[in-house]
Amino acid sequence: MAINNEALQQQLIKDLLIESFEGLDHFDREMLALEKGEGKPETLNIVFRVIHTIKGTAGCIGLGKIESVAHVGENLLSLLRDGKLKTNPPMIAALLEYSDSLKEMLHSLEQTGQQGDKDYSLLLAKLKALQTEEPAAETKLPAADSGWGLFEDEVPAAVPASAPIPAIPAAAKPLSPEKIPLTEVPSQRAAASVSDTAIRVDVAQLDKLMNLVGELVLARNQIVQFTGESKEPTLLNASQRLNIITTELQESVMKTRMQPIGNVWAKYPRIVRDVAHELGKEIKLIMEGQETELDRTIIEAIKDPLTHIVRNSIDHGIEKPEARIAAGKPAEGLLILRAFHEGGQVNIEIMDDGQGINTARVKQKALEKSLITPEQASRITDREVFNLIFLPGFSTADKITNVSGRGVGMDVVKTNIEKIGGSVDVLSQLGQGTTLKIKIPLTLAIIPALIVTSRSERFAIPQVNLLELVRLEGELARKGIEELYGAPVYRLRGQLLPLVYLNREFKLEHSGTEKTATDVQIVVLQADGRQFGMVVDEINDTEEIVVKPLGKQLKGISCFAGATIMGDGRVALILDVLGLAQHAKVIAEVRDRSLTDKSKNVDRASQKQSFLVFDAGQNSRMAIPLSAVARLEEFPRKMIERSGGQEVVQYRGDILPLIQVSDYLANGGNATSTADPLQVVVYSELGRSVGLVVGKISDIVEEVLTVKRDVKREGIAGSAVIQDKVTDLLDVPGIIRAADPTFYRPNQENV
Amino acid sequence: MSQTSKQYCTFFVNGQFFGVEVLNVQEVLRYQQMTCVPLAPPTVQGLINLRGQIVTAIDLRRRLDLPARPDDQLPMNVVVRSDDGAISLLVDEIGDVVELNDEGFEHPPETLRGVARELIKGVYQLKDRLLLVLDTERTVNLSGGAALGNEQNN
Repeated sequence: MAINNEALQQQLIKDLLIESFEGLDHFDREMLALEKGEGKPETLNIVFRVIHTIKGTAGCIGLGKIESVAHVGENLLSLLRDGKLKTNPPMIAALLEYSDSLKEMLHSLEQTGQQGDKDYSLLLAKLKALQTEEPAAETKLPAADSGWGLFEDEVPAAVPASAPIPAIPAAAKPLSPEKIPLTEVPSQRAAASVSDTAIRVDVAQLDKLMNLVGELVLARNQIVQFTGESKEPTLLNASQRLNIITTELQESVMKTRMQPIGNVWAKYPRIVRDVAHELGKEIKLIMEGQETELDRTIIEAIKDPLTHIVRNSIDHGIEKPEARIAAGKPAEGLLILRAFHEGGQVNIEIMDDGQGINTARVKQKALEKSLITPEQASRITDREVFNLIFLPGFSTADKITNVSGRGVGMDVVKTNIEKIGGSVDVLSQLGQGTTLKIKIPLTLAIIPALIVTSRSERFAIPQVNLLELVRLEGELARKGIEELYGAPVYRLRGQLLPLVYLNREFKLEHSGTEKTATDVQIVVLQADGRQFGMVVDEINDTEEIVVKPLGKQLKGISCFAGATIMGDGRVALILDVLGLAQHAKVIAEVRDRSLTDKSKNVDRASQKQSFLVFDAGQNSRMAIPLSAVARLEEFPRKMIERSGGQEVVQYRGDILPLIQVSDYLANGGNATSTADPLQVVVYSELGRSVGLVVGKISDIVEEVLTVKRDVKREGIAGSAVIQDKVTDLLDVPGIIRAADPTFYRPNQENV
Repeated sequence: MSQTSKQYCTFFVNGQFFGVEVLNVQEVLRYQQMTCVPLAPPTVQGLINLRGQIVTAIDLRRRLDLPARPDDQLPMNVVVRSDDGAISLLVDEIGDVVELNDEGFEHPPETLRGVARELIKGVYQLKDRLLLVLDTERTVNLSGGAALGNEQNN
């Protein structure tokens, strides 16, 4: 901790020095402009901000002297800024003197690590006097040393000039060298000052540089391609060098925008120490991967969410030493921050070895706050419970501390992270600790993307939205895609995946040149937590692309997130997957396709439930909760075998008993499905599976369930209105019990 | 030349002679490969890569409700500056830069109809032909009724 704090302090001081020297130079320039009467309206604002920043930063890192000196000048400047005072030559002189004294202290800080022991009370007195005086009475000054404490924090805005003192002809000597040895540069100053080795550059300038490099890369590509055909050794050499230099240049320029995540983390040792102290906890902070680099804009965006999570872990996660010892853990809690690159994204994990998330308590809290219904509470999985903490207005802290627990926070954390294209996930083990995993893109300007082709037009799909690629060959290409009332779907491992044909959506025409592919290429995408498949002609490659905005003429098209320039210099459009899904109506029509990733939609799931709707024969519309469905399968009739008087099929190296659902319905005795292939819903529980043979699977819907329980029919758990139609809910356990009484007996191996 | 003259970059669209103020023109390029934008307004022909900048290309023939360009004729780009960055106007052929006295500038005749009325600022009578001066800001603004050739709000 001590070492960390030392390094942290050094870093903060370094930042302060760079910022302040620069600011003060600016300050001087503006002051001189004011003196010449060339001040602009914003001038006073600028100088005020400079001083305000110096004061604030110095105060934060415990440089009391600099802070208090800065404070006095700030008061004067704020009066000037608000127009309560007018500048006059003596005032400017005093302010310049004041700027010099700040510089002096900063220099001293830079060289010796101390703020210097010079006494500035005379100057401060002068500045204070100036605050109250009429511009004419510039020569009046209060007594130089009548108890003006340097470290006095609050200075009343109106300090009366306590006593007339010897006049200082300030106007005559704007910079009185005998009093302020302004930039006395000690000869032992060997190393270049920090402000000499670092400069600030406008990000816009860097963006421009990046654009130019992008162009250079394209030109390089063309030249390298061209010279590749040549036999001229000099030319080949030159083009090879150009190649290498360009790549290096590109990397360097990209790097200028990147900052190590350690810059954000640098504050944490202090925060952890302070918060732990306040709460009477002992915490050891371990940080790994501080050198992991991120784009500047992203660093800015995750700063606050990360800090919040860290505070939360200390407050809610890690227990007090006594509780830890009672639980058999070391008294000192462990908080680990870890950052690393993976798959073009940055992963940040915040781990603690605290008490973990108490699912029972979270459920109870969620119930109290009516965030979920009792019925949902009995059904949701632990993982879904963890995600409840991201709901707005949720907090389990028993008492509200000033650290956290006010019920604002985790939802904001989630929103902020998602805003920059990231995701956050939480894992927890009661008594063992909690881990928050955050995934964020490396940069917003350059993103990894998959390039696809549809009707010889190229499109880039951001990798974040990409789940998987499916290729249907031969037979499957013709039969794999089914239609539900004209809407194409594909069964992806038992889930119905709505399909969007990119060429149809975009009304792309055959140019006649592309080969007529027999295979079907499906790009499985995710938008807003829902999945859909996009059918394209060709899947090319993944590439790092530079995102460029579209002109206002095209802003109205929600399907595109921007455009990029490809290696050959041509422009390709970047798809906005959410916009495209909305345009293709896959999101508006079918409510929720996210079967595998339901946890992401807890807020919706907590009010709604997903159902698989099917036709059980005789036009009866049936539904079963999707949670009861393991997979959807299709078996040709000829696969059916019999075993022990029951229909079975061989399925995944096992024997799957089949149950004809219609046989067990009170009124469906003779409606046994004759369809071929059989549509089977695979239901798994206790490690065993059973196949429910249904008539026709029609849809997956998400509805708020209002079951009418008065229905008393065999095999029916109740009825509900789903999609405006009366739908019977299948009593799955009841049917299975009726068909195979042994199914629910645990640990019985019979296959 | 007198103080009150302006330079115009001239070009031909469907045999008609148009001009835009040279100060609004960033550059003139020959035909560039274009990427078409699905779902875009029909006047947007595509996107071109102008030294790393992505520029929207507007087909002036469609913009001005003129018959489509024959397939074998490649358009030229007149890249104009607008409030929203550079925009390329696709024209048939580039003419000279001409300097014209403001005195010769006339407002378009009342009988001018349709979208042309909105986009043509004025007319110069040259010796052998008329020069139609385009309002570049309005021409590149496809929002509202202008894109459809109806009235446009200023």
